[in-house]
Amino acid sequence: MDLSNLTIHQINDLLKYREVKSADITNSYIERIKKIDPVISAYLYTDFEEALSNAEAADKIIQKNKDFPYLTGIPLSIKDIFLIKGKKTTCASKILNNFISPYDATVIKRLKKNNYVFIGKTNMDEFAMGSSTENSAYKITKNPFDLNRVPGGSSGGSAASVSADLCAGSFGTDTGGSVRQPASLCGVVGLKPTYGLISRYGIIAFSSSLDQAGVIANDVLDAAIMLKAVAGFDEKDQTTRKFEIKDYPEIVKRADKSIIKGLRVGIPVEFFSEGLDSKIHSKIMEIKDLLKDLGAQVVNITLPDTKYSVAAYYVIATSEASSNLERYDGIRFGGRFNEGKGIQSLDELYRKSRESGFGKEVKRRIILGTFALSAGYYDAYYKKASLVRKLIIKNYKDSFNDVDIILGPTSPTPAFLIGEKISDPLSMYLSDIYTISVNLAYLPALSLPAGVVDNPTKKGGVLPIGLQLISPWTTEAKLLSVAKVIEDEVKFRDKYTPVI
Amino acid sequence: MNKNNYNDAQDDLHSFEAVIGLEVHSQLLTKTKMFCSCQNIFGKEPNSMVCPVCLGLPGALPVINLEGVRLAVKAALALNIGINKKSLFARKNYFYPDLPKGYQISQYLDPVSSNGYLAIETDGAEKRIRINRLHIEEDAGKLIHIGNESYVDLNRAGTPLIEIVSEPDISSPKEAVSYLKELRDILVYLDISDGNMEEGSFRCDANISVRRKGAQKLGTRAEIKNVNSFKFVEKAIDYEIDRQIDVILSGGNVIQETRLYDSKENVTRPMRGKEEAHDYRYFEEPDLPPLILDAEFISDIKKSITELPHAKRKRYIKEYSLTEKDSEVLTQDKNIAHYFEDIIRLNNGRVEIKKIANWVINDLLFALKAKEGNIPKQEDFFNLILEVENSNINKNAGKIVLTEMLLTGKKPNDIIKEKNLAQVSDEKGIEDTIKQVFKENQKELEDLIGGKDKLFGFFVGEVMKKTRGKANPQKVNEILKKHIENYKKGGN
Ligand SMILES: [Zn+2]
Repeated sequence: MDLSNLTIHQINDLLKYREVKSADITNSYIERIKKIDPVISAYLYTDFEEALSNAEAADKIIQKNKDFPYLTGIPLSIKDIFLIKGKKTTCASKILNNFISPYDATVIKRLKKNNYVFIGKTNMDEFAMGSSTENSAYKITKNPFDLNRVPGGSSGGSAASVSADLCAGSFGTDTGGSVRQPASLCGVVGLKPTYGLISRYGIIAFSSSLDQAGVIANDVLDAAIMLKAVAGFDEKDQTTRKFEIKDYPEIVKRADKSIIKGLRVGIPVEFFSEGLDSKIHSKIMEIKDLLKDLGAQVVNITLPDTKYSVAAYYVIATSEASSNLERYDGIRFGGRFNEGKGIQSLDELYRKSRESGFGKEVKRRIILGTFALSAGYYDAYYKKASLVRKLIIKNYKDSFNDVDIILGPTSPTPAFLIGEKISDPLSMYLSDIYTISVNLAYLPALSLPAGVVDNPTKKGGVLPIGLQLISPWTTEAKLLSVAKVIEDEVKFRDKYTPVI
Repeated sequence: MNKNNYNDAQDDLHSFEAVIGLEVHSQLLTKTKMFCSCQNIFGKEPNSMVCPVCLGLPGALPVINLEGVRLAVKAALALNIGINKKSLFARKNYFYPDLPKGYQISQYLDPVSSNGYLAIETDGAEKRIRINRLHIEEDAGKLIHIGNESYVDLNRAGTPLIEIVSEPDISSPKEAVSYLKELRDILVYLDISDGNMEEGSFRCDANISVRRKGAQKLGTRAEIKNVNSFKFVEKAIDYEIDRQIDVILSGGNVIQETRLYDSKENVTRPMRGKEEAHDYRYFEEPDLPPLILDAEFISDIKKSITELPHAKRKRYIKEYSLTEKDSEVLTQDKNIAHYFEDIIRLNNGRVEIKKIANWVINDLLFALKAKEGNIPKQEDFFNLILEVENSNINKNAGKIVLTEMLLTGKKPNDIIKEKNLAQVSDEKGIEDTIKQVFKENQKELEDLIGGKDKLFGFFVGEVMKKTRGKANPQKVNEILKKHIENYKKGGN
């Protein structure tokens, strides 16, 4: 039995019935990482010693106690944006090259309570800014379906690590699509929950009003398990709320075709206009027809103001980022330029440290955001963008009066070639055109593998594509259930595997 | 300069008026910092009172301290400033090593409180200084410079502050000081702040401009920072007004700038240009929800507000017939006012209140200022007053007893017994002493009888000396006078 090709719930079953130990599972992932990750580069760093000691601890708990949490003994990878006590956290930036976190993020605290196995930190775009993971200061992560292509971003390392079976699941973050888009490009499930459902405490901030932790998983049930383990109010994050946390795994397990009957599914016309790959278009239409066949009422809807979402997003996200990244100034964090030698003034210290510590895209966004917040421009940019955000929220609210769930593509194209878009930021920004408005509206959304398209640069090769489901505020249970039914029909995992 | 020019200049000088607005920053006496659970205390080892939040560590998030909000609302209610049921926190962005996040969490467009006034006394009349706003923010850390090196201490980072911004309604340095004193008294009275200017827990920046009397348009203002005592506030504003008038009279223009007050030279000097060229890029703090205050929260705070110094002062004047000066001294410190009121309750009408006030101000406060010692228990101090007022001891002995009380904490009656200070009032004893003194000072007696009235005091003194201060001075006077009269009439 290949122990590294399993879902979390499959591993859980094996652990429960004492067929394997977490140490066996963990070892098989370690072996695979050693063999495969030099090619994929999903991880920034791994900690096998820690992984094995976590696994041993989990095995002890399993022996003692029949009723252990789902994630007990499950090896997970963590995007290098989550702080873990005593561990390096770089956010894939040179400026945090030497930063060892003195505390645990709330997500990590909860995972530890669930006895998870920490296996390593995954690569990402620097400070989560990007859609291809090419903006990492350290390495280029490859798409497991085609090593010449990007895994998407910014949680590209996480998506690749799950897709290539280098862990059982991964935690990422989604500010404008950073969990869903790479999940889509790598053929795995990516869930971005309602803003405020998962604590942001201990997650390095990119854009505070948009950032939300998300999960990348092999299947929908795994996503439900991972969400349940970390969701819920945190007194350390005042933007979390006391939402009711449902038993998502149980709800997903019970979900069957019958829940589609009478389900009102909205197809936003704006998500199927120019820019969308025609093969993706037809694939999503197949899913639409499938839902119709299962008894859903499918209607076209319009989200007229989402056409401004990329513009509004890049004003709000960069503005907040320009402020959030001010602390990396060479005084306390990151490379103080030349260790301060030869620096003549405080200003020079700031300038040189930030100039050498930040990458190109991060600098571009800091400058954009600084400009947008400047006196005299605030009204024209930040304030206007905030108004657009309100309109987009209203668009969704109005739509959800008529439909229960919205179906569309996750990304306008399948995985693109490494280097293809890196010098054209605008076309890179458009990779998130269907995901961004969801963050602006604080909504939950999920990317699910919908099938594959032919790989145009590799004969016989395929590239995964993802569908996106968007549902009203705090309706993760419904979102996951609908996804589960589609998943059972599409059977992606049974049909397609990465080239690795 | 000839005489005419000089007069013109003098006329000109008086044709200007000053327009002053004050921005006060006051630390709040909360147990913990404004956005984290670190203790809000001073004097600890550098960087020992810190956590991920106030260190600005990546990923850390602020959480609003409701105790800080409560104190800010209390201050606003006491200062007659309107409470805004919904207010927003904002980020004020700038780089400085004592600001670990690179921004300060403050309030900008929607402060917790706006539009109010503070009444001050000026030349015996009441004047209302309008207050534009009161908002909550966090303090920065501190830089410590040692030789060529600079260190950052973040113990103060994140401690709660309120900023109170007045309208430019203040027209003289004196008014500025009475505004500040009144404000500080209120904050200290209500346990909102310790009001310590030297230690920086109560800080003031002044916006000053001048204009020709009667002009509608405001002049260009300069902001004066770094003034850390009431005396310096007065001097700095005084200097700045003169400076601006000088600039205008010599044909120049006042430029808008930030100036620092140098108390050694008593001048204000422009800050380096770069430091003030800030664009703070304010925007709503996305890590914090809007601050919503419900009516119950506000009314609970309202109930906790006790009598303010201004009202107390007025009551002392009206109810106790004290002078304005005495009332001010007694109300300046809440503890003294409470002490005084405790004694009035013990007194229950026995001793005239004016006398009690004198005892507190001229004896107790004076002695406490001059000497080491602890303030006596209210009962003990009142018993001492009674001893003197009932003529059981004389005033001089009273002072001796008080000094002893401060030093040892003993009860007045014990001290009187120990030191044998009870007053001698029996006429026979005093008469005997007087006769003795006459015998020893024949020459002075003859001179006195001969008309040298000045010598009367000498004899009083000698009698007191002989009784070691215990004789009732009134009695001594009386009997002595009687004897002298007798001598004058040719008696014995
Ligand atoms: Zn703290």
